[in-house]
Amino acid sequence: MRAYQLLLHLYPSSFRDEYGEELEQVLAARLARTRGLPARVAVWAGALLDVLCNAPPAHLDILRQDLRYTVRALGGAPGFTLTAILVIALGVGANTAAFSLADYVLLRPLPFPEPDRLVKLWERLPGYSEMELSPANYRDWQRMSGSFTAMGAFVSQSVNLVGQGDPQRIEGTGVSASLIPLLGVQPAMGRMFTEADDRDGAPATMLLSWSMWQTRFGADPGVLGRHLLLDGTPCTVIGVMPADFHFPNKLATFWAPLQLNEQAYQDRSNNFLDVVARLKPGVTPAQASADLAVVSARLKAQYPADNKNVDATVYLLRNDLPNQSRLLLLALCGAALCVLLIACANVASLLLARALGRRRELAVRAALGAGQSRLVRQLITESLVLAMIGGVLGVLVAISAVPVLAKLIPAALPLAQEPTVDFRVLVFAGLLTGITGLAFGVVPALRACSGSGLGGLREGQRAGGGQRERLRSGLVIAEVTASVVLLISAGLLMRALWRVQATDPGFRAQGVLTLRTALPSPKYDNVARRVAFYDRVLSDSCALPGVSGAAYVSFLPMTMGGGIWPVNVNGKTLDRTEGHTASMRFVTPGFFASLGIPIHQGRDVSEADTRDTLFTAVVSESLARRYWPRDNPLGQHFEFALHERTVVGVVGDIKVRGLETTSEPQVYLPYKQVNDGWFGFYTPKDLVVRASGDPMQLAAALRRIVHEADAEQPVSDVQTMSDVVEQETASRLLQARVLEAFAALAFLLAAVGIHGLLAFTVSQRAAEIGVRMALGATSGGIAQMVLRQGGLLALAGIAPGLALAFAAGRAMGSLLAGVKPGDPLTFLAVAGLCAVMTVGGSLLPALRAARTDPAVTLRAE
Amino acid sequence: MNKLPTPESLLPLPPATFHILIAVAEEDRHGYAILQDVEARTGGELRLSAGTLYRSIQRMLEQGVLVETRERPAPELDDERRRYYRITPFGTEVAKAEARRLAQLVRMARARGFVPAGH
Repeated sequence: MRAYQLLLHLYPSSFRDEYGEELEQVLAARLARTRGLPARVAVWAGALLDVLCNAPPAHLDILRQDLRYTVRALGGAPGFTLTAILVIALGVGANTAAFSLADYVLLRPLPFPEPDRLVKLWERLPGYSEMELSPANYRDWQRMSGSFTAMGAFVSQSVNLVGQGDPQRIEGTGVSASLIPLLGVQPAMGRMFTEADDRDGAPATMLLSWSMWQTRFGADPGVLGRHLLLDGTPCTVIGVMPADFHFPNKLATFWAPLQLNEQAYQDRSNNFLDVVARLKPGVTPAQASADLAVVSARLKAQYPADNKNVDATVYLLRNDLPNQSRLLLLALCGAALCVLLIACANVASLLLARALGRRRELAVRAALGAGQSRLVRQLITESLVLAMIGGVLGVLVAISAVPVLAKLIPAALPLAQEPTVDFRVLVFAGLLTGITGLAFGVVPALRACSGSGLGGLREGQRAGGGQRERLRSGLVIAEVTASVVLLISAGLLMRALWRVQATDPGFRAQGVLTLRTALPSPKYDNVARRVAFYDRVLSDSCALPGVSGAAYVSFLPMTMGGGIWPVNVNGKTLDRTEGHTASMRFVTPGFFASLGIPIHQGRDVSEADTRDTLFTAVVSESLARRYWPRDNPLGQHFEFALHERTVVGVVGDIKVRGLETTSEPQVYLPYKQVNDGWFGFYTPKDLVVRASGDPMQLAAALRRIVHEADAEQPVSDVQTMSDVVEQETASRLLQARVLEAFAALAFLLAAVGIHGLLAFTVSQRAAEIGVRMALGATSGGIAQMVLRQGGLLALAGIAPGLALAFAAGRAMGSLLAGVKPGDPLTFLAVAGLCAVMTVGGSLLPALRAARTDPAVTLRAE
Repeated sequence: MNKLPTPESLLPLPPATFHILIAVAEEDRHGYAILQDVEARTGGELRLSAGTLYRSIQRMLEQGVLVETRERPAPELDDERRRYYRITPFGTEVAKAEARRLAQLVRMARARGFVPAGH
């Protein structure tokens, strides 16, 4: 019989309480009538089957009843229902959106087989934890390590594609033959690269991306074997990659063999290879790291000059994500969680207030025979229904928010498309909704139905219950705390944004248009031909109305961090790891004037600086200060980029690496002194034009000028310099905006919470207030009393909020661009805001209390 | 609370419900007695399970076709843990309405020759 009693627990408790004993009696009677083991077994089996068949419908019966009742109860209080649903929708929506992003970037495995065996390898030098590999070190690591089944290298490439409509600049990736196979991917069509394709001097081959094949070649299967002109070189299409293959990121439209030549293996300090490897089964990244440490030690001994400081860094390819992005996502999730917490607290508070208002109704139902568990179940059903409607709306909120938030994600991941609200995310939202519903529903339901609560028939509407109010106060305090944390975090990010925006880039971006004409090899290998192109484009540009200057440079500031060379002064070989490096750019005369970089001393580069004359250089102030602090830098010599250079000018420093990163000093070299072997990378390709009006107006004219100079030359990256600078802060701006939106939401909810609690207290205490006033309390005194209560709530919330916000600020320190996590201005501003919020939230209830007419309230008694 | 529904609004009755109404029509019965009565009247063809019985009773109490009665049989026959159920006047109306509905169905079936003569 004990077993049967346990089995009966499958029924709803209200049903079990009512009929449990009788069910047992029936079974006992049936067993008493039966003789023989098989018959008894049959009775037991029947009983088991009976419970299994009837328990679910019994639950459904109750659910149906509760739902009917819920619809009536919620429909009867539309204001409450709407508020609760909206608040939940915002909470669930914010979290679903944040989760779909975090899931996409942090959790989801990479779209390659056995992604946990894919690792990224870097050289580690003092000051650089992640430096690309030099080809020689790459080859040695590959030979000498034992932890990997394969190792592959890649570099980004962009080339001019001619002969397919307008000439165009396309982005691709140079890969070693081993790279794509080690990822575990095969072409959708055609064949993979072989070692022969990767050999120096082999006929050029390429694989197209699926999207490139679709858009540029109309998905023509005949594309295999076609010859495309890339930078003037015919290149055979050997295959098309699958639609979901994006490596190293979404920008790559084609892949071509690296074809490293012997010369590339000479210089161990020429680091440009990104390297991915596949671990042998069972080998951990830590073991691989130890293995490479041994390899690096051997290489240090073997090549002390170049490798004495070179170690290895190994981590999962999955984690190849800027720390800032990871931190940002975590901050986003934290903010969303805060909002959800506040939303839950708010709805719980609403439910508590409502439960008080429903004491009489619940008491009547209890008196009519509904057990406590039955009433709790009913109230929780109500909460879950609210949560579910809110959850569905929340998912809609998330669907509309995700595309905006997706811009927070760096494009640097080998993932497909955009993050979307998919099945995983929906499951998450569903769970979240359920937990939310329980979180804000259970405590109010238990409270409302507790023994003392059901004394409501006697007490009617009157009693407030000190305990209950303490709970609500606690909830409001939690809301204030969370919103203080969010407000301060948003404030700190905002301050960081302003600080970064106020950074002087060292040049005047306004009024400058830029575009890129990357000259292809071998067509422009000849210096004279190149110079003719530049001269033609620059003189035509300068002749345009409103143009005050035009020049070419290797790379625009802020678009390219690399191009760094060691600096040697006075014949001493200085160690590159000690920061004796400078960024190198070749420029045409007039570059400094066009970009508004001040020339402090000496002269600009000139047309007369050719390879037949002295090798000259214009250096930035910081370089001059570093090496010739007491002497006149003009006429000084230093060794740089394989030649001895003479300083002919000193210019202001600029933020080459961007507003937030420390940049190396700059060295500018005359455009006619480009080394023979360096064609392509360093040859000037970015045109800057300064104009008096809106620079964008010049775009069409400049395109025409380039077309007239060389009809096959593509123009890419047309943008104003102001846009380039703004892109530096674009993600920060978006971060700050998103967190601000969350903070504003939290702020509003907390204000609503304070208002709701006070308004409720005032209405509950109407009689008491009436008595006080009848006994001589003034309106002002009463208003003060209510305001004081609001103030105390706010203070109790703000104090822990400030402490938590300080901790949050420290956790996201690297996002703050040097703003202190305890920035007094932000803290003061937020404290002030909270004071305003408190007064705003308390004002109406205070006024209502002050306007209490003692005669009316006392008569109501 | 709920307004009382019309008898017709409950039709057609689930078979178990109709059998329970018939079982309690002549006298108040407790749950196990209802099971035995149904089994006896149908010659063992219909054996209601306990779960079905009490779920039906719960619903029928809510619908107002049954009440639990406080009158108990003579103490020597009574088990005090047992609860006795009585049909309400509304319950009688419902049972009659269901019987009429079934009779009408049988009439129609007979007109089409579905029912052999003599039945």
